[in-house]
Amino acid sequence: MIRVIAFRLLQFPLVLAVIYLTTFMLVWVVPGSPFGRAERKLDPIAEQAMKERFHADSWKSFLAYYPIQVITKGDFGRSMQYQEWSVTDIIKVSLPVSVTLGIFALTIGTIFGVMIGTLAAVNRGGLFDWLSLTIALIGISIPSFVVAALLLATFTGRFGLFPIGGCGGFREMVLPAVALSLAPLAYIARLTRISMLDVLGSDFVRTARAKGLSRFTVIWKHCLRNAFLPVLSYLGPAAAATFVGSFVVETVFSIPGLGQHFVNSVKNRDQTLILGTVMIYSVFLLTFNLLVDIAYSFVDPRIDITAKSSS
Amino acid sequence: MRQPLLELVDLNVAFDTERGRLRPVRDVCFSIFPGQTVALVGESGCGKSVTALSILRLIPQPPGRILSGKILLQGRDLLTCTENQMRSVRGKEIAMIFQEPMTSLNPVFTIGDQIMEAILLHQRVTHRQAKEIAEQSLRDVGIADPARRLSEYPHQMSGGMRQRAMIAMALSCSPQLLIADEPTTALDVTIQAQILELLRKLQRDTGMAILLITHDLGVVAENADTVGVMYASRIVEYATVEDLFDHPQHPYTEGLFRSVPRLGQLSERLATIPGTVPNPARFPSGCKFHPRCHRMQADRTCANTEPLPREVRPSHWAACHHIDTFAASPVTRPTLDHRREVVPLTDPALHPQQRASARD
Repeated sequence: MIRVIAFRLLQFPLVLAVIYLTTFMLVWVVPGSPFGRAERKLDPIAEQAMKERFHADSWKSFLAYYPIQVITKGDFGRSMQYQEWSVTDIIKVSLPVSVTLGIFALTIGTIFGVMIGTLAAVNRGGLFDWLSLTIALIGISIPSFVVAALLLATFTGRFGLFPIGGCGGFREMVLPAVALSLAPLAYIARLTRISMLDVLGSDFVRTARAKGLSRFTVIWKHCLRNAFLPVLSYLGPAAAATFVGSFVVETVFSIPGLGQHFVNSVKNRDQTLILGTVMIYSVFLLTFNLLVDIAYSFVDPRIDITAKSSS
Repeated sequence: MRQPLLELVDLNVAFDTERGRLRPVRDVCFSIFPGQTVALVGESGCGKSVTALSILRLIPQPPGRILSGKILLQGRDLLTCTENQMRSVRGKEIAMIFQEPMTSLNPVFTIGDQIMEAILLHQRVTHRQAKEIAEQSLRDVGIADPARRLSEYPHQMSGGMRQRAMIAMALSCSPQLLIADEPTTALDVTIQAQILELLRKLQRDTGMAILLITHDLGVVAENADTVGVMYASRIVEYATVEDLFDHPQHPYTEGLFRSVPRLGQLSERLATIPGTVPNPARFPSGCKFHPRCHRMQADRTCANTEPLPREVRPSHWAACHHIDTFAASPVTRPTLDHRREVVPLTDPALHPQQRASARD
């Protein structure tokens, strides 16, 4: 087990290098310059000086400078847009905000998603099943800015239950976390319902009932663990995606998270920041997928991640 | 006469589906005495498994529903029990093993966990005592190194081993009745023989009764004391195993015996019963077997009225208009406190494995 994890960790630099180079290529292929705009042209000489300062006068000098900095110092360089900030500092400030919000949102999504999915499967064809499916469908279909606006309209202002925006305390987190959790919640509910239906029809459920266990014990103890497996594999990419923040939710609730930088850096052609954010996302994705694989072998003893080939 | 351990009285089960009401069990009547093995034989879909599940009230509800009848366990009607009372019957007084040992155990729990779960549920014992009981019951079913097996997962065991573990789980609370729903269908022939022999041995040791659900007449011949033949959700013939094999009365039973291949008999084709098992949604009128019956004669009795089982010979019930004595026979409830006297076809002194190697 430890060998497998060590091996997977050794793969990380290679994968990350490939992602870095691919992103770098795309960043350079895209037309436009990080310095000056079409509508506000910079003086060519000033632009040239700026480019040289940022090692961005040619892709060769870019590639000769930045990767070495990243490897040796973990430094992505200065942001080409917010020039007084280094990319690392931007991430350091905004990532914790997004991660906190993400953990909050994903916890809500997982707990309620699994609960709703299980109840729907148990009451298959009943009113609750129909209701939860409808809500899940709505949750998947409605864009998060609509949900966010709805939440704002309902819970702030008139009733003043929660603040409109900002960041800091628990109360500020509730509404954005709920808005952010809705999509994973709906997806997890549907996943759980499907796999729960599958598990409920399996033979070992009948065996467990024939032993004299109550329906609740059978569902809680025997079914949930089996039904959770598909949810678990979804949680890896879902965690990576929610933890790096959401542009929409952060904008609506004015939260200084990392999500906005994903969109803004591309809009500004902020090459260093693009690379920084993409690498953070990649590290998250790789880490959470590894964690999910490890968790898998604990939940289902049949899965042996140390196996070289399926046998 | 002794009191039966379990008595089924006119059990009727319905499944309400979108295509209408299905009747998988109709007027099923039989009893099981302590230490007795009763076999229910029939083709797939004839209602034998639903009958077995109904005894434990484990048919899926909805769509399943027990319409009427009584299931008397030592005189107590299980159909009037509350769900809580039922739970203390399941696993403790009546245990059940299933056809698919591959899927009947939960893949994410160890064998030990699953056996101990039943013990801890029904007996007032500590965790450690439960483990000892579980270990002993694995030893009783002939699993070597039971202490190690307890901490293994089902996927680490073979099919025969898993069925043994299932039996160990079922017997860990010393039930009075074991319902075995096609316990050997999914296993290969040598393992089949071993499992059946194990069941016979455990029955001798504990004195439990067995309700054996099967479609295999060989299994019936070797194991059953009395036999109920089911066709189209009804018991059409009920007798002792000797009487049934020597004097089959119902044309369906006759057909079943004819379609068993005999050693040394050369024939181009195996005899079969013409036609197919009727779809429960569209049972034929009258006798449900009449479209396939070789006895069907010109009179319309068979197509119009469904015969109910009568005692056509002493201690032999059958439901067919064309048995000579049928019209004059009394309608009595099929109950037979009978124990086979014949020696089993397999010599118990010889273990199947030894037999296999002796052949080589």
